[in-house]
Amino acid sequence: MQSIPILKMGSFLLVSIQVDMDDRTAMSLQDDLTSAIVKHRAKGVLIDISSLDVVDSFIGRMLANTAAMARILDADTVVVGMQPSVAITLVELGLSLKGVRSALNVERGMELLQSIARQNLAEADEADAGHEK
Amino acid sequence: MPVTKSDSISVRSAGEVVGVRHLVRRWAVELGLSLVEQTKIVTAASELARNMIDYGGGGTMTAEALDDGIRKGLRLIFEDHGPGIPDLQAALRDGFTTGGGMGLGLGGAKRLSNEFDVKSAPGEGTRVTIVRWKGAS
Repeated sequence: MQSIPILKMGSFLLVSIQVDMDDRTAMSLQDDLTSAIVKHRAKGVLIDISSLDVVDSFIGRMLANTAAMARILDADTVVVGMQPSVAITLVELGLSLKGVRSALNVERGMELLQSIARQNLAEADEADAGHEK
Repeated sequence: MPVTKSDSISVRSAGEVVGVRHLVRRWAVELGLSLVEQTKIVTAASELARNMIDYGGGGTMTAEALDDGIRKGLRLIFEDHGPGIPDLQAALRDGFTTGGGMGLGLGGAKRLSNEFDVKSAPGEGTRVTIVRWKGAS
C-alpha cells in the first residue's frame, strides 16, 4: 500500500494522486485527509486527479465521501484535472459525483477555494453585524 | 470469432483489482483502442472484478483478443463460483445493491461495453462477459 502525501498551503490542503490507488490506499487517503483537516484547521481541500486514467465507482465514492466529510468539518473540497476520457466514462457509468465541486486545473481550483473562503468570511461578518444591532 | 491471444488471472482480494486494470489497459492499448474506449473497458473491468470479490468470493478474469479480419476487439470474462444472482433483472438496475456499494457495477459495466452477457445460477456462480470493439464508439 502506498501513502499519498498531503501538502499544506496556507489554510488549504493540496493532494495530488499520482498512482493507481488500490482500495486500501483510497480509504487511507480519506482517513488521512479528514485527520489533516482537523489538525491544520484547513478551510479547503484541493484534490488533483490529473494523473488518474481510471476513476471507478469505488474511487468516485471515496471522492464524494471525502467531500462530504470535509463539509461537516467546515472545509470545502474541489477536485481538479479530471481527464476528458474519465469524465465521459464516469457519466456513462452513472456516477455524477453530486456534491463534489470541480475545476479544470490546480490554478482554477485554488481560485475557487479562495473565492469560497472569502464568501464564507463575508457571510460570517454579516452575521456578526446582525447580532450587534 | 477467432481469438488471437488469451490469458487468465485470478482475482481474490480488493488489492488485485489494480492488477486487473493494468492488464486490461495493456491489452486495450495493444489492440489499438482509443483512449476513451480504453478507459471505458478498464473501468467496466474494475467494476466487474470488484463485484466478483464482494459477491462471488473471488474468481477469474479471462482476457481474449479478438480479430475476425475486419475488426478487432477485447473480450473479458469474469467467472466466480459464488452464490449466484437470484434476480438478474433487479441486479442490472442502477442503485440495486445487497453489499453496501452504490449498485452501479453491473448496469454501469453494461453501458460501458458494446456487448454484455450475464449468466448466473443460484449456488453455482456467475459469469459476466463483455466485449469492446475498436472504433465501435
